[in-house]
Amino acid sequence: MLTLALILIPLLAVAAIFFCAPALARKITLGAASANLLLAILAITTHCSGVSLNVLESPSIALSLNIFENKGISIVMLILSVVVTLAAVLSGNCPKDREKLWFSSILLISVGAIGAFISTDMFFFFAFHELALIPTFLMIGILGRGDRKEVAWKTTIYLAFGSIVLLAGLLLIVNQIGTFDMTKLEPLAKYQNEVALLLIIGFGTLVSLFPFHSWAAPAYASAPAPISMLHAGVLKKFGLYGLIVVGYKVAPDGMAHWLPLLLVLLLCNIIWVGLVTINQKRLDLMLGNSSVMHMGYIFLAIAALIDNGSTFATEAAVLLMFAHGISIAMSFCLADRIEAKTGSLEINQLGGLAKNTPNLAFLFGLVGMASIGLPGLANFAGEIMVFFSGFENWNAADGFGPLQITTMIAIWGVVISAVYMLRAFRNIFHGDTVRRTEKVTPLSRDEKIPALILGLILLIVGIYPQAILQFFN
Amino acid sequence: MLWLLFILPLTSAAVIHFLLKQERAGLASKLGTLSSLVCLILGISWILGLFSIPASWSWISVGEFNANIGLIEDSLSKGMMIIVCGIGFLVHVFSLAYMEDDDAKARYFGNLSLFMFSMTGIVLAENFIMMFIFWELVGLSSYLLIGHWYKKDTAADAAKKAFLSNRIGDFGFLIGILMTSILAGSVVFTDMDGASFIGQGTLGTCLASLAVLLVFCGAIGKSAQLPLHVWLPDAMEGPTPVSALIHAATMVAAGVYMMARFFQSIGETFLTNLPALEIIAWIGAITSLVAALMATQQNDIKKILAYSTLSQLGYMVMAVGLLDPNAGMFHLYTHAWFKALLFLGSGAIIFACHHEQNIWKMGGLLKRMPITSITFIIGTLALTAVPLSSGFVSKEGILKAAAGKPLFWIALTVAALTTFYMFRLIFVAILGKAKDDHSKNAKEVEIKMFGPLVILAVLAFVSQYFTGLIPETIGNPIHSFPKVDEFFFYSLGAFAVGFVLAFLFYYNRAKDPISIPLFRNKFYIDELYAGIVKWFQDILAALVHFLDEFIINGLLVGGATRLAQGTGNIFRKYGQSGNLQHYALISGVGILLAIYFTVFA
Repeated sequence: MLTLALILIPLLAVAAIFFCAPALARKITLGAASANLLLAILAITTHCSGVSLNVLESPSIALSLNIFENKGISIVMLILSVVVTLAAVLSGNCPKDREKLWFSSILLISVGAIGAFISTDMFFFFAFHELALIPTFLMIGILGRGDRKEVAWKTTIYLAFGSIVLLAGLLLIVNQIGTFDMTKLEPLAKYQNEVALLLIIGFGTLVSLFPFHSWAAPAYASAPAPISMLHAGVLKKFGLYGLIVVGYKVAPDGMAHWLPLLLVLLLCNIIWVGLVTINQKRLDLMLGNSSVMHMGYIFLAIAALIDNGSTFATEAAVLLMFAHGISIAMSFCLADRIEAKTGSLEINQLGGLAKNTPNLAFLFGLVGMASIGLPGLANFAGEIMVFFSGFENWNAADGFGPLQITTMIAIWGVVISAVYMLRAFRNIFHGDTVRRTEKVTPLSRDEKIPALILGLILLIVGIYPQAILQFFN
Repeated sequence: MLWLLFILPLTSAAVIHFLLKQERAGLASKLGTLSSLVCLILGISWILGLFSIPASWSWISVGEFNANIGLIEDSLSKGMMIIVCGIGFLVHVFSLAYMEDDDAKARYFGNLSLFMFSMTGIVLAENFIMMFIFWELVGLSSYLLIGHWYKKDTAADAAKKAFLSNRIGDFGFLIGILMTSILAGSVVFTDMDGASFIGQGTLGTCLASLAVLLVFCGAIGKSAQLPLHVWLPDAMEGPTPVSALIHAATMVAAGVYMMARFFQSIGETFLTNLPALEIIAWIGAITSLVAALMATQQNDIKKILAYSTLSQLGYMVMAVGLLDPNAGMFHLYTHAWFKALLFLGSGAIIFACHHEQNIWKMGGLLKRMPITSITFIIGTLALTAVPLSSGFVSKEGILKAAAGKPLFWIALTVAALTTFYMFRLIFVAILGKAKDDHSKNAKEVEIKMFGPLVILAVLAFVSQYFTGLIPETIGNPIHSFPKVDEFFFYSLGAFAVGFVLAFLFYYNRAKDPISIPLFRNKFYIDELYAGIVKWFQDILAALVHFLDEFIINGLLVGGATRLAQGTGNIFRKYGQSGNLQHYALISGVGILLAIYFTVFA
């Protein structure tokens, strides 16, 4: 029952927002997000059982939710979803008279993400994700910044393309296995290569795998802060999650067949997009591109899983997904504050911000260090495991294999990310104040809270990664 | 108990940063100093055998991946620990006076505590993963401390440069660790087994060499060897006590310590006849020579010492490459004390001269600041390897390691150059006449500052006799005390040549009689790098960005977008309502239809 409530509470809250006064929207949303956080903790600690409501008899489609399937990956993704949702509710400034759209969108994306991560039925796994995309498009199109119409269209086209390719792949699987039940997935007898390619492209597009990546940065730059936080932090992980819990299960050989392609594409994510990131002049675009770049590391873990059946690549991937989700959400949350305070995100128009808002500088420094993989913060734990997974089972007598070479090149990414992140920090926070930053005030308590929640998680998981890793079995 | 070595400085850093802040800066500085004193006492008690090593703690344990946080106890870690705690404490005391009026004193002491925490981790790490963790954290604290006066553009840039240079080294280091974990079978130092990997033909030698060189990349970054040396002179933008602690005695020596630890763990069978060693030795030798040449033409007192540090680190690295890490460690140990002395001494001078750093504006300090000047001269004597000083003993070890190779002559030249540039500094800044008002009115500093100087001056001579503390790698006996042999005379000769030349050129001079732009401008390496970075960032990144925008985004996607937009416009006429629920419904129906047609049709 608890499991079902995780979906129902936000949905009921959306209904409530629809009927109540706009002024209440924020309170309702905050209540629902907090309730969901508590529920998630309760559900995990009490080992609550799953639910299954039949929707269709033949072929059987059921609304089956269970957080304990999928070797604990769902648990981690659920925690990520509820935490980032809460932070997203507390972030950004809702424009006047848009409260209904703003807060119901946050809740719908949250429901979509949670639903997708805890569904054990492929139909709902897919449908929940689609549900979450709609408010994402709308929020960019209606409340986005800059060239919002264009960006909303581009994002829609891309993600719709990814979804359709993915759908084709999923249907091919269902056709062979004869059920939507994800607990019954097994390696396919035929068409593994075709399915694997469809899934890599389909899921890949949703995670901004090169060359299907160029929607991501503009979308995150344009979307209101809570939407960027939820999409980059949580929803985007759907594709990676899918590759691990569906792709690798049904088409291990097919994935192995496409491994060389995957290795090249993920390197492009890290190196090519990394160079693109270095060249960004605006902080939001830089962060968006950096998020695309870091997806490469998670793909690397998946590649290690495919290549040598590494004993910890899945855990590495999921830990990094979690860490990245928290850190990118925190980055967007803070970037939004920088823009609210200075009126600009052009890196060269800012400077000396640390003088007047030391707390903003500290929090941004913290998340910047997390995202470039500083030990003691969550991302490092994930990254080091990913790198080791690339070398697990390396047979030195054969020299380097493709996976090892890819891993070694991928590690150059730690230099690339340090270059752009430190430069941004240097130009925005260090040096003397400029006109825009002269009269800036420190973050208020309300502004601090979402970033503090996320920052604290980065720190805790960084120091004690088993806090997350314990959920795997 | 020994975990306190970590808990105390970390707690101190957290309390200072989050609770005390600048409002209670006085308390913050006392807390930081107290924590470093307790750590020193703990460290000494550990060395005396009062505490034993606690059980390690599992940081990550998943599948086949196990990473522990645990401590290692041997003469190598003990000797290094005493340097970190000892100099750490003295620098804290010195800073109490030096940073008295700084308007971010609390932040300074907080970051100093963070550094103590991180450095302790490197020294006591029992495996490569833990060492790497603290390695990076040391990089962070160094970044924070170099950028202490971040409002100054030069300081902010120097901090960034230091972090990035180290990152480039760590790129190789990390790959090296990955390779080692397979080649030696483990990342835990005591479990490494390099012997089992021997004898796999050319490929084996290549891989082993590559692994050693990649691990060495970490040392190139941290110990500022060529070609990544450029950050260290710039790091002098940080407060001078920081330069003494981090950029002379401890952090920059971590590279040498790491290599010594690595060599000792992986064993000599793995290393013998590896071509990588030759490369390491030459990198060290060239660094020491080039840096010494640069030092001869610097005018900033801290810069001279910075290049001198580079040069001495090159010495140590050379010893490591000559497969005598013990000689390198011994020099590291003696050098730490007297170089900290020199840096703190320069700090006292700069403080007394109202932040004047140009040696050509100083002079006549011996009379006005006798304690500081005399201790500074003592430090110089140790650095220039005068017999009886600790530097003489340890430098001789390195000369002996290089005996019979061309490297020996480089080492000897560097010894002469060291004497030359150090006595240039003494003749110009300490002796002679005062050259401007600041140095004319300079007064001796207070006891919090000269106290540490006196202690360090004593150690510059006696540190060599604490044999129990001298870091020693297993399998390499400590070098015996010098006898009067050929090396004694070589050493003495090099000193004499350097001293006489410095006397001839610089005694009682008001202006530099020598001008060699190549040396003064650091062989134009910084300019070269700036050019490369500019090229890389501006041109390559811009090119990739352009391709990304134009081809992938513009042609491929743009076309698709426009096509869809056209179709979309038709639908929009009939379908758009702006209503969320409406869109959800359409999408849901669409998916159902798609599934219906594929599954049932």
